[in-house]
This record gives sequence, structure tokens and C-alpha cells, in this order.
Amino acid sequence: MDRTLPRVLVAVALAAGLAGCSSVEPWVKPYERANLADPIMSMDRDPVATSYLNHVFEAREGARGASGSHGGGCGCN
Amino acid sequence: MPTVPPSPFSRPLLVVATLLAACAPVAQSGVLPEDRADVLYHRYEGGGVTIDGPSLLVRKKLAEQYSVSANYYVDMVSSASVDVVTTASPYTEQRQQASLGFDMLQGKTQYSLSVTGSDENDYTATTASFDVSQDFFGDLTTVSFGYAQGWDEVRRRGDADFAEDVDRRTWRVGLSQVLTPKLLFGLSWELVSDEGFLNNPYRSVRYLDPDAAIGFAYQPEIYPHTRTSNAAAMRARYFLPYRAAVHGEYRFFTDTWGIDANTVRLGYTHPWGERWIFELGYRWYDQGAADFYSDLFPRADAQNFLARDKELSTFSSHMLSLGATWTLPAWSFLQRSTVNLYLDHAMYRYDDFRDVRAGGAPGTEPLYEFDANVIRLFFSGWF
Repeated sequence: MDRTLPRVLVAVALAAGLAGCSSVEPWVKPYERANLADPIMSMDRDPVATSYLNHVFEAREGARGASGSHGGGCGCN
Repeated sequence: MPTVPPSPFSRPLLVVATLLAACAPVAQSGVLPEDRADVLYHRYEGGGVTIDGPSLLVRKKLAEQYSVSANYYVDMVSSASVDVVTTASPYTEQRQQASLGFDMLQGKTQYSLSVTGSDENDYTATTASFDVSQDFFGDLTTVSFGYAQGWDEVRRRGDADFAEDVDRRTWRVGLSQVLTPKLLFGLSWELVSDEGFLNNPYRSVRYLDPDAAIGFAYQPEIYPHTRTSNAAAMRARYFLPYRAAVHGEYRFFTDTWGIDANTVRLGYTHPWGERWIFELGYRWYDQGAADFYSDLFPRADAQNFLARDKELSTFSSHMLSLGATWTLPAWSFLQRSTVNLYLDHAMYRYDDFRDVRAGGAPGTEPLYEFDANVIRLFFSGWF
């Protein structure tokens, strides 16, 4: 059985759901984000140093990947 | 004989990536990374290996929509590791890596392109990557996905005729979520697929050989020509009731070579006054061996794939980290600048990789272990 159609339907439904959610009221107001904007709350405060340490691990360990927050943010600005 | 089955995760991941791509153009406003420059000195010392060198990063916005970045990185390697001294000769070499990146912001969507080239005397790698991230829900949610393609060439010193290719493909998806005014949460998933010559061309496996004086002999490693891995991680960072933060992370890894691994990280960040930030961290890593790994094979050509690379063995490591950041007074064109020092101490303990330097009957040598120290000293300036 061709399983493409159910996947496409799920994809369309999820995409529509996400688009519809753009009107969701933010549950953390801008004035409540002072702590999140503090540098100590950055997920990756020093990308060069983090990248180097991940390189150290990848050279010595079998595991790799999912070690950083690609394009992530905290919505503080 | 070990076999390499197709990854069960690749199709769902592609479906998710397609979904995120479909959502990306829904956009209004976002933020590019800050303009900054970093100058880092790094040093790794452990297990007979010393690696040090600089890394330089500059990132600058062009107008409000674009940002460019450049990174130059050098590894100066001096190696007399247990693998090298038992089957080869100690060596020194240098690896240089350069990256260029370009980011574009369109509403709440950020597009990132980067190209990285790496070169050493017996290995060349080129990687191109594309990432998209999108903010939702009043910037409380950031969803990202990316794809990278790598083209490597593996060579062997002293053998001008040896040159093999490796192709690498990476798909990644990430989610960053503000849960409460004090709690950040993140998820990431990365699939990496390799095809080509995946061995280290210098390494060998050992097998029992009654004709050898020491009881064993060596033959070259033979790896599968494909590997697909999946890694999924979750991380959180929490602002404590006083000005300090704790963070935690868990990552699960699995691949088609039979390696399963777990990583746990915990950390505490404590500012001191206006100018100092101190970090304390712990990392635990544990992995099982590849299906075709053995410290000592029963005979030559015992199976179709052969590995005795300790990175594919069963082992665990613990790492303790200390860090300090000092914020300098404003100076000249720099809005802010910091001097940072991080010290990491790692302890690697192997469960099925033996130290043959100790001698004794094959298979009874002591298990290998080593400690390593890592230094990261860097200056960062924002302008």
C-alpha cells in the first residue's frame, strides 16, 4: 500500500496547525523576560569554545551530532 | 557476520524537516547574532597526545538583514598515543580549518549558509551547510532545521597512490522553547550518513597467532563503507531564585554499526558582582562497542569487518569543568569584552581495550585508561 498519502495529510495538518498557532497569546510576556535575557541563561554563550569542546569529544568518542542548539534562541530580544 | 541495516529514522526525520520548511516563510521579525570577535587558544593533553592551536572568529552584521562570519582554526598535533606507539611511529602534524558563513533575516525567519574547508597532510574535508530557523508564538518558540553535505578525501602518508573518498550527509532539527520566565528547554535531533572509506588507514587489529613470538599479530582494519547515526538530545536551563543558573542535558546516540551511547551534562553558572561569571560542570559519557569491534580476534580475517579502534570500544568517561569569565571595562570601539578561562579534566576508562604495552599473555593485559586536560583561554569582544 502506498503510504505517501497519509504522510502528506499529516504534514498538511501539522503545517496548518502551526500556522494557525501564530495567533496564540505569548504565555511569557515581554516584561517577564529579564531573567531569560541575562547572559547566564544563554544556551551557548561562547560558540567558539563550545565548538572546540565538541570537536574534542567527536575525535575520541563514537557518538556524534545533536550537540548544539542550531539556530535556537530564547525570544529575549 | 555484522551487517549494516538501513536507518529506521531517516524517513520520519525527512518528513519533519519538510514540515518545518513549509512553515518557515510565516515570518515577521527576528534577531541576527551579535557582532563579535573571539580569539581562542586551545590545548588538549592526554593519552600521549598533545594538540594545541588558535581559533579566530569574527561576525559582523551588514545592514539589519544580513550577517557574515569567518572562522580560522588550527590543530597542531603531537601524537604518541597507545595506538601509534604499538603499531606505528610517533608523529607531528598540523590541521587547518577555515569557515565562511552568511546569515539572512527575513521577518522571523533566519537563513544560514556556511562553507568549511579543512586540510592536513593526509586528510582534506569540505562541508557546505544550510540552516533555517523560525520564531513562533511571540518569539517563545524557535524551530530550526538544517542540512549539510561533506566531501572528504582520505590519504596515507608515504603512499602517494592511496586516496579514498568519503561523502557525508547531515540532517538536523531543533526546537528551543521558553517554558516559563525562568526556564528554557531545547530539543535537537541529528542524523548523519557517511559513505566511503571510513577507516583510519593507519590502524590495525590484532589476532591470535601461535607462530608469533608475542602470541599475536596485526592486520589492517576493515570497516563497512556506510554508517548512519542518529542522535537526540534534550537540554534545559533554569534561572535560580537568586542570580545564578543551572543547566542539564541528556543525549542518546545510536548508529548502524551497533554503537549506543548516552551523554549527561550538568552545570552551574554563578555571577560574582558585575564583572565575574563562574562555571562548574560535569559530563558523563558511556558507549557500547561496535558490532565488529574486538580487542583480540581469534584468527586472521576472522570476520568481514574488523576494528580495534578504541573509539569504537566499550568505555565511559567523566569530565569535570571549571570556568571563569571576567568582563573588562568598556574600551575604545568595544561595547563589551571578556577574558575567559575554562579548564576541563576528563577520565577515560575502557572495558574491552587492553594496553598491549604492558605485555603478558594476549588478552590478559591490563585494560587501558587515561586522563586528559583541556584548556580554553579566549578573549571575546562585542562591537
